[in-house]
Amino acid sequence: MPIIDLANPSRFLALVGRVLPWLAAATVCAFLVGLYYAALAPDDYQQGATVKIMFIHVPNAWLAMFCWTVMTVAALGTLVWRHPLADVAAKAAAPLGAAFTFLCLLTGSLWGRPMWGTYWVWDGRLTSVLVLFLMYLGVLALWRTVEEPSRAARAAAILTLVGAINLPIIKFSVDWWATLHQPASVLRLGGPTIHSSILVPLLIMGLAFMLLFATLHLAAMRNEILRRRVRTLRLMQAQAGA
Amino acid sequence: MSAVKALLVRDMRLAVRLGGGAPMGVLFFLIVVTLMPFALGPDLALLRRIGPAILWLGALLASLLALDRLFAADHEDGSLDLILTSRLPLELTVAVKALAHWLTTGLPLVIAAPVLALFLDLDPPAMAAVALTLLVGTPALTFIGTVGAALAVTLRRGGLILAVLVLPLTIPVLIFGVAAANAAVIGPMPFGPPFTILCALSLISFVIGPFAAAAALRHGLE
Repeated sequence: MPIIDLANPSRFLALVGRVLPWLAAATVCAFLVGLYYAALAPDDYQQGATVKIMFIHVPNAWLAMFCWTVMTVAALGTLVWRHPLADVAAKAAAPLGAAFTFLCLLTGSLWGRPMWGTYWVWDGRLTSVLVLFLMYLGVLALWRTVEEPSRAARAAAILTLVGAINLPIIKFSVDWWATLHQPASVLRLGGPTIHSSILVPLLIMGLAFMLLFATLHLAAMRNEILRRRVRTLRLMQAQAGA
Repeated sequence: MSAVKALLVRDMRLAVRLGGGAPMGVLFFLIVVTLMPFALGPDLALLRRIGPAILWLGALLASLLALDRLFAADHEDGSLDLILTSRLPLELTVAVKALAHWLTTGLPLVIAAPVLALFLDLDPPAMAAVALTLLVGTPALTFIGTVGAALAVTLRRGGLILAVLVLPLTIPVLIFGVAAANAAVIGPMPFGPPFTILCALSLISFVIGPFAAAAALRHGLE
């Protein structure tokens, strides 16, 4: 189906209604398989059972970056192609991205406590994820501040694009800053090769989280479309009453 | 060209003659630097070591202070609509306004920095290094802030959201500005690499800032 057909929200809602149950079922299956294999995966000889946090932590980190990519594509859709569903997609992706980034930070510090002896170190990777989280909160704040959806969409789209250009620069700066200060306590994880007994469950968990994102994103987009319809109906009602 | 000059002169005149512009930024900068010894203790050795960082942080916050008036004042009295309909490309208009803003708020901070450095017991080479890095870095802060100012102009709660949107984007400038200033003061890093990256960040912001801000104004006010 060409993407232009989806410009009609009613057609999009019909498609979501058909796809969503299957997607939700696939998510549950992927999580069951992934968690089963993650439970079977061997404990690390140094880190013991805490290494299993990785199977939650790493997919969250992938999705934290993936959500901003989705928002960037949606921002281009809003500003360049003026696709009517692009701003719905962008708005639905923002809280999800913030949630995945928060979970990444949370599981990371829970993992760091037994491993590094502290909940937080000012390591390059941790710091840039924290900045990413702050930028998600900025986008959310912008969405909430502007009342009219289409105007909020364009403001958020510009902020998203500026963020997409700046995020690699911030990442580079923070890495440079972290090597300058060289924290002593950070353990390097895994090394260049990860054994397949860990890699396979990790990839399955990655797929499961990806499916989870797709399910939640489509559901959030549907809710947003319905919310806008309710808003329009209320406005019409108020005008008719006046 | 005359339109560019007229706009530049108008904006600078407004900033200088209206209260709350350049002197207020420098005053805020002075107050931030004054607060530091109360928080950290009057230990001159400590203040000398972290002096460049204090000055950079103060200048960063002070340059944010006046940003929300950059477009908001013109929006309120309607002159922004006139500027939007002029024949000048909006990107150029925004760049000129940002330049005028930097000349009236950023440059005074750079000039004030060596004086404030005396309070922190910095020696002359360190003073020069901080002033030089601020001279190169504060335009980047202004031009990045322009995007936030343009986004905030149509919002009702401008001031606070501007800071929330802009501050994460200024992290690279802060990192390389402080690193270059520190490299000149305590070493052992050479001054060159962080300083040239700071220059590059400023140049990037000259390109991105006006275009993004112009797009924000166009979409926000239509």
